[in-house]
Amino acid sequence: MAQVKIITELFEVEGSHRLDVYERHGGYQAIRKVLADYSPEAVIEEVKRSRLRGLGGAGFPTGLKWSFVPKQTTKPKYVVVNADEGEPGTFKDRYIMMNVPHNLLEGIMIAAYAIGAHTAFIYLRGEYVRPRRRLEQAIAEAYAKGYLGESIFGSGYRLDVWLHLGAGAYICGEETALLESLEGKKGWPRLKPPFPASVGAFGCPTIVNNVETLSYVPHIIRRGAEWFASLGTERSGGARILSISGHVQRPGIYEVSMDTTLREAIFDCAGGIREGRSLKAVIPGGSSSPVLRANEIDVPCCFDALAAAGSMAGSGAVIVMDDTTCMFDALRNIVHFYAHESCGQCTPCRVGTGWLRRIMDRIAEGRGMPGDVDNLYSIAADMLGRTICPLGDAAAMPVMSFVEKFRDEFEEHVRHGGCDLQAVRPVRAS
Amino acid sequence: MPILTIDGKTIEVEKGTTILQAAQRLGIDIPHYCYHPGLRIAGSCRMCLVEIQGVPKLQIACYTEATDGMVVFTQSEKVQQARRAVLEFLLVDHPLDCPVCDQAGECYLQIYYMQHGLHPSRVREDKLKRAKVRVLGEHIVLDQERCILCSRCVRFTEEVTRTFELGIFNRGDRSVVDVYPGEQLRNRYQGNLADICPVGALTDRQFRFRTRVWYLDQAKSICPGCSRGCNIVVDFNVRRGYKAGGRRIPRIRPRPNPWVNQYWMCDDGRYGFGWVEGLDRILSPKLLENGHPREIPWAEAIRLAGAWIGEAAREKKLGVLLSPRMSNEEIYAASYVLRSLGVGNVGYWAEPATPGDEDDLLIKADKNPNTYGARLITGVPQEDHLARMVEALSSGAVDTVLIFLHNLEQARAGRAALETLRRAKRFVFVGTNWNRTAAAASLVLPVTAFTEQEGTFTNFQGRVQRFWQAVEPMGQARSALSVLNELAASWGIPPLPDNAAEAFARLASENRAFAGLSYETLGDQGQTVRASEEPGVVGP
Repeated sequence: MAQVKIITELFEVEGSHRLDVYERHGGYQAIRKVLADYSPEAVIEEVKRSRLRGLGGAGFPTGLKWSFVPKQTTKPKYVVVNADEGEPGTFKDRYIMMNVPHNLLEGIMIAAYAIGAHTAFIYLRGEYVRPRRRLEQAIAEAYAKGYLGESIFGSGYRLDVWLHLGAGAYICGEETALLESLEGKKGWPRLKPPFPASVGAFGCPTIVNNVETLSYVPHIIRRGAEWFASLGTERSGGARILSISGHVQRPGIYEVSMDTTLREAIFDCAGGIREGRSLKAVIPGGSSSPVLRANEIDVPCCFDALAAAGSMAGSGAVIVMDDTTCMFDALRNIVHFYAHESCGQCTPCRVGTGWLRRIMDRIAEGRGMPGDVDNLYSIAADMLGRTICPLGDAAAMPVMSFVEKFRDEFEEHVRHGGCDLQAVRPVRAS
Repeated sequence: MPILTIDGKTIEVEKGTTILQAAQRLGIDIPHYCYHPGLRIAGSCRMCLVEIQGVPKLQIACYTEATDGMVVFTQSEKVQQARRAVLEFLLVDHPLDCPVCDQAGECYLQIYYMQHGLHPSRVREDKLKRAKVRVLGEHIVLDQERCILCSRCVRFTEEVTRTFELGIFNRGDRSVVDVYPGEQLRNRYQGNLADICPVGALTDRQFRFRTRVWYLDQAKSICPGCSRGCNIVVDFNVRRGYKAGGRRIPRIRPRPNPWVNQYWMCDDGRYGFGWVEGLDRILSPKLLENGHPREIPWAEAIRLAGAWIGEAAREKKLGVLLSPRMSNEEIYAASYVLRSLGVGNVGYWAEPATPGDEDDLLIKADKNPNTYGARLITGVPQEDHLARMVEALSSGAVDTVLIFLHNLEQARAGRAALETLRRAKRFVFVGTNWNRTAAAASLVLPVTAFTEQEGTFTNFQGRVQRFWQAVEPMGQARSALSVLNELAASWGIPPLPDNAAEAFARLASENRAFAGLSYETLGDQGQTVRASEEPGVVGP
């Protein structure tokens, strides 16, 4: 299997962001069907059977997450859409919101109905100015048609959708930091348990789902859980949208079935490595996932296969590096990012990210010392699995994998303060 | 109830107990920085990571609830490595200025480094520079370079005082604790910030640089600053007395008591004990002639006081004013001795409280530590003994007065009374410090401060709490109990035991409110009197 067209099917259609175009192509049929024929439990059951998993990065089974929301509660429940697309290399949600915002809204409606929520928040990355306009327009259209509001589709079910802008912190893509930020507080991840399903936004039961995850839900309802599940692997249903960037012929987003290998994605979808160059390394799931060598890419891009290969499917951001890439510079760039974005709450991440950055900067300045590479590795190892949220892991894993797989290049930088590759394409520090 | 095993020791705990609390009960110390029993759990320092059998990742002991059958290791190689790593991280940018840091000796970076670290430094980078001396308020100064961002101070201002002056600003390794822009600490509990800061980031402007903490000894005590009776520790330095110009007590700190003050005390109490070693302490008995004090020996003073008071008592011309600053034992002794002498109206007077000078946390408007006890022991609830005494003096019904501890000038009613008192034929003052009341007396007997004796106070809740002696009496001061006993002996009245514990036992045997209490049963945290025995007063 390889490329599929599900969410991206309408992307080429003129005006696909408009309600009428979306509806003409089968949009808002799923929610009508749900409101008419489905009990909330039946929706959750359907999503469970589709084996849809969280496509923001963690890969948690979506239906299972929804089923954790307590049925008997006097508190309001919330759907929160994680549209704070911040993982370096990831740009799929942006395209979804630009091209088919109504697909997302329909997903939100179904999710809200499934857990019994009457309010949904879209937490949108603050830098996404154009997606914001598109979403505002789409929400306005939906309210005007009565698809949102007091009685959606005349069903008597009330649903309001609010758009909330983030202020530019990577950490607010972590679901509990996102909730803190949504509540107007500093974006610091919360201790878990309790999980958002029981104590989420404003202390109430909440599900937090990624834009892409929710966008698949209407298609699952429309075409059936079995169809979706059959596209994927045993534990990861369906498809996902890869954001392929770097040294490929045609960088961009590609919707592929879950059993598509990285090699197929890079060479069949994205047209292969740029002219006259060969593949050196691939980061398969956003900058926090461990790097793979050129000979390690015959692996399906589903969660379990990539985990078995020692990496992560993450957000589906495939960053491709050819043989001109200086791995030291590439890692330094990543390390700078995490040092900048660590929220500062937990000791290992707060200090570790900054310490790694300073060591790499020192090496880059030609002041490397024997033992530096070992120290980079062990400092990262001391951060791994020791923090409240996964940002510490996200910062540690690339360091450990880069050092493990390209150690020679790092040693060379320590010895010589640079390398031949660096001269080909200098990387801006910081 | 869950039964869990920690390092091979098994314990049963209530549901909801954390691993850290369970370990503490077993006497296993799990190192921690951000956890404080009086504050919300932050879980961010990562120092208390422990290994749980069957759980792949290390878990924080401060937040993880004990479950049945849980097997916890606090000393495994994995745990020790994690602790070393956290310590190493905390020390990366730490200035290591222990020799000039006032926290040295009670700093948990030092303590845990010696217990769990002892690693050589791998830091080859320049340390980050931050603000070194930021004055945050009247009592607290911040050194951001020493701060480990445990957020205890921030949580304290959010949850305990609810004044919200502090926050953590910026993010990543640029994070700093600071006051909000344009703010400063405004709460009346600032001193606690220096207590709860586990490192040298927040230090006490009054205490810092006065002594090294390893020269200090500790005595348990009760703050006499108000009727709350916060449990405190008196830190005293008798090993290097010359260092502080003879002042032996550089600081007092709160001592946890869940019934009274939790973990805290107010700044009024913390910084308001200077009088115990003030330059105005009365160091020897004085006979005053035309306002000029002349030092006399104790024997002479007792003889004079005995003669004057005895004579006035026989002629029914004696007025007595006790103070709610006296301990239960002293009030009891005074009542016993004077009543044995035939004095009818042995009462106390409390300065009127300033309305509103209290809060819903600790501070009480009644600034006396033992008003409740005075009420219970004298058995006279709300009579204005000062006014009655002034009236009796004016009418000539009384010509001799005996006053304990008061500084009448502090209250308007007292100031007026003082004018009348000056006209008394004989005025015996028993007190600790010179003031206008003492200066108006004809005989002054110096007694010990609360730090120089033991005893009990009964706080506003009716909780009888012990305080212990920290230092030797200043000058020739004697405990009021022994002074009263000597006077009793001079009148042929069988004296009480000079020992406060035994005097209290006598009180408990005679006064039904105190029945069943003894120094042993009071323990460290006190016990409540039998409220039903209270004479006609509505509870706190």
